[in-house]
Amino acid sequence: MTSTLHRPTPDPTPPAPAEEGRSARSLVDAVFRAREIAIGGALALLILGTWLANPGFLDDQGVKDLLLNSSILVLLAVGQSVVVMTRNIDLSVGSVVGLTAFACGHFVAGTDHSALTVVLLGIALGTVCGLVSGALVSFGRVPALVVTLGMLYIIQGIDHAWAHGEQINAANVPDGVLSLGSGSVLGVPYLPLISAAVLAATGYFLRTYRSGRELYAIGSSPDAARLAGIPVRRRILAAYAFSGAVAGFAGALWLARFGTVVADAANGWELTVVSAVVVGGVAITGGTGSVWGAALGALLLTTIGSALVVLKVDSFWQQAITGVLLLAAITTDRVVQVRTTSALRKRSRR
Amino acid sequence: MEKPDKGPAPVLALRGVSKSFGAVRALHDVSLELRSGEIHALAGENGAGKSTLIKTLAGVHRPDEGQLLLAGDPVVFHGPADARNAGIAVIYQEPTLFPDLSIAENIFMGRQPRRSAGRIDRKAVHRATAALMSRLGVALDPQRPARGLSIADQQIVEIAKALSFDARVLIMDEPTAALTGGETARLFAVVRTLRAEGAAVLFISHRLEEIFGLCSHVTTLRDGRHVASEPLDGLTEDDLVRRMVGRDLDDLYPKAAAEPGATVLSVRRLTREGVFRDVSFDVRRGEIVALAGLVGAGRSEVAQAVFGVDRADAGEVRVDGRVLPAGSPTAAMDAGLALVPEDRRLRGLVMEMSIERNIGLTGLRSVRRRGLVSRALEHGRAADWAVKLQLKYNRLADPVSVLSGGNQQKVVLAKWLATDPAVLIVDEPTRGIDVGTKAEVHRLLSALAADGLAVLMVSSDLPEVLRMADRILVMHEGRLTAEIPRERATEETVMAAATGRTAEKEPTP
Repeated sequence: MTSTLHRPTPDPTPPAPAEEGRSARSLVDAVFRAREIAIGGALALLILGTWLANPGFLDDQGVKDLLLNSSILVLLAVGQSVVVMTRNIDLSVGSVVGLTAFACGHFVAGTDHSALTVVLLGIALGTVCGLVSGALVSFGRVPALVVTLGMLYIIQGIDHAWAHGEQINAANVPDGVLSLGSGSVLGVPYLPLISAAVLAATGYFLRTYRSGRELYAIGSSPDAARLAGIPVRRRILAAYAFSGAVAGFAGALWLARFGTVVADAANGWELTVVSAVVVGGVAITGGTGSVWGAALGALLLTTIGSALVVLKVDSFWQQAITGVLLLAAITTDRVVQVRTTSALRKRSRR
Repeated sequence: MEKPDKGPAPVLALRGVSKSFGAVRALHDVSLELRSGEIHALAGENGAGKSTLIKTLAGVHRPDEGQLLLAGDPVVFHGPADARNAGIAVIYQEPTLFPDLSIAENIFMGRQPRRSAGRIDRKAVHRATAALMSRLGVALDPQRPARGLSIADQQIVEIAKALSFDARVLIMDEPTAALTGGETARLFAVVRTLRAEGAAVLFISHRLEEIFGLCSHVTTLRDGRHVASEPLDGLTEDDLVRRMVGRDLDDLYPKAAAEPGATVLSVRRLTREGVFRDVSFDVRRGEIVALAGLVGAGRSEVAQAVFGVDRADAGEVRVDGRVLPAGSPTAAMDAGLALVPEDRRLRGLVMEMSIERNIGLTGLRSVRRRGLVSRALEHGRAADWAVKLQLKYNRLADPVSVLSGGNQQKVVLAKWLATDPAVLIVDEPTRGIDVGTKAEVHRLLSALAADGLAVLMVSSDLPEVLRMADRILVMHEGRLTAEIPRERATEETVMAAATGRTAEKEPTP
């Protein structure tokens, strides 16, 4: 509700807009970069500190473990952030990972199917789960929290009923599949490479394609999105399908990585994923943030876990620290939003 | 409404359109013709069906009967996208932008220029936006996010959006309601430019002087029915008002000069960093004091700080000589203050709740029986006030969201008057309210003051300020710049103080 009344009425030669504008833009840019820089900095400090306390943390195996441990979480965070950007949430991802990991294991046990088949199966299964959630949220107009919480329990139930206390053993999983989880190129394991590729592709898509920008628009203001003629429901459905597909992919990778899969694999991961996304700067209210930030968030949370193990700190601290980070992230979001709004207002008043 | 021999077919027309929502008939056999190079006014009280008409043109609603004609051919819009593709742009009173996205993205969302492989051509987007901004003669940076833009600038963004898809029809729904004089002038200049370029404009406003100043034709609606479509030439303001309300309104502002009594509200050196500074004034029993100034001058903020919604950083508020604890609306209410806020939908009412419950909210203690809220007492209290304020409603158990703007405002007033306040603070009491209800609100405020109530009225409506207030306090950029008694108040003196050109005199200490 500020005013630009001091600006004289229609000025035939407008003052160079760049002046006022550049500062406003760089302010906003700085704010968002600040988030990613802050997480990156925290990550660097954490790694440095842990390394000083225990140099084994950063030897070849240590780095490899860190990358391997984080890659599935990073993948899930990428999928989740696409949903959160639209002002929705997908709590079913943990159970989707569990189901697809088990289903893929069941499918390949004792056969010699290739890694590609398993991955495609995982993605297909995950997409179906995502489409169900997405359809209920977008076309059924049921709040996302309720739908995906319901899906979480339903999928978990199916998984348990199917597994019936059994588990998939690595011995039954074909080597081709297992090598996806253990192999590497030039010393870098496949898993983090896959996550990085998905991350980069998603990041590029969100930035450079209309439908990508529309996801931000929907999260920023659903009403305005509808008025702008954006097919809101289709986009939300697509976001859920993507999140499901990524979770299914992650399920297949889970099988490849661990070989041994019990019915409740990835149980409870949904909250870690959401935490990673929010810590990474994707506002839970939608419209802002990037998959890069979310990936950094996932990396940070994983590293904290690994560091605590290396430092021989009781693991329950990990949850407490995650909680603190989450609250800090949400508080910063809020404060930053209030501050930038008032700063931008002052600028337009000038 | 056949006018066959008047040049080419209208760009956009409604013919015999009716639209009902359940049992409520919002539009009944309405016709309208918008022609290229013409600014057409749509007049009518709130609840007359203007919003429904706009939404029909915008493709949000589909008519039950009648036709939409685009350049003479019948069309059916299945959604806002269809209307937009047909070259119809709507600028709503409260623009709907994406706060997190840049101005450029807001304008081109879903229609960004693309380069190979469907990728967005960012540079082209920014270049096109900069071109639009200079065409509109405004200095807004394309890359700045929409968050924090003033309403006026947000409207400019909406207009730029309309230009970007070469809109042939521009529909403006009360665009000036939240604008200052300067911003309105800028908007009008832009609209006139568009008209000169051949756009057809439909302009909605409650301010008659704007209709007469800007438009050439007017269509009037009353109770969802078409009253008249005619050129404005030869029409007087009285004629138009008569068409809108169906009766004469000779006493829009019936405030009688008052005999002020003892000081009841006294504000001293009230300050809120960055918002307003050093604000001191008194309000006495029986008088209406207006707090005037431009939008953004800090008037509403002062009102909120006095009531304790916002915490003041310094200064004090006394009611009947007793200092109020800072930042406590509860204490303010106990001391006899009441605040009717500016945004009744957001702050004044719980839209989904019934009329009686809304009125009951301020007096939950007084409608209690054995510690529980008594529905019967609540109902009685609401019924009492509904009659006193001539509320037009179906049942008191209806949600307030079904009422028209004017009647919603009466509910807010009832809710606060039911607390039997000594000081009533009203923030923009008649914004977005039709002429008829406006007169009722004014009569009510006047009667309340005559009964000894002290009224502090924040208002951007200059005629309202001039004719209702016994004294006018003018704010400019967070400071009180003038105190003008009723006799010396003119549009010029108030505007001069509001724009900071002169300080009539130092406010009373």
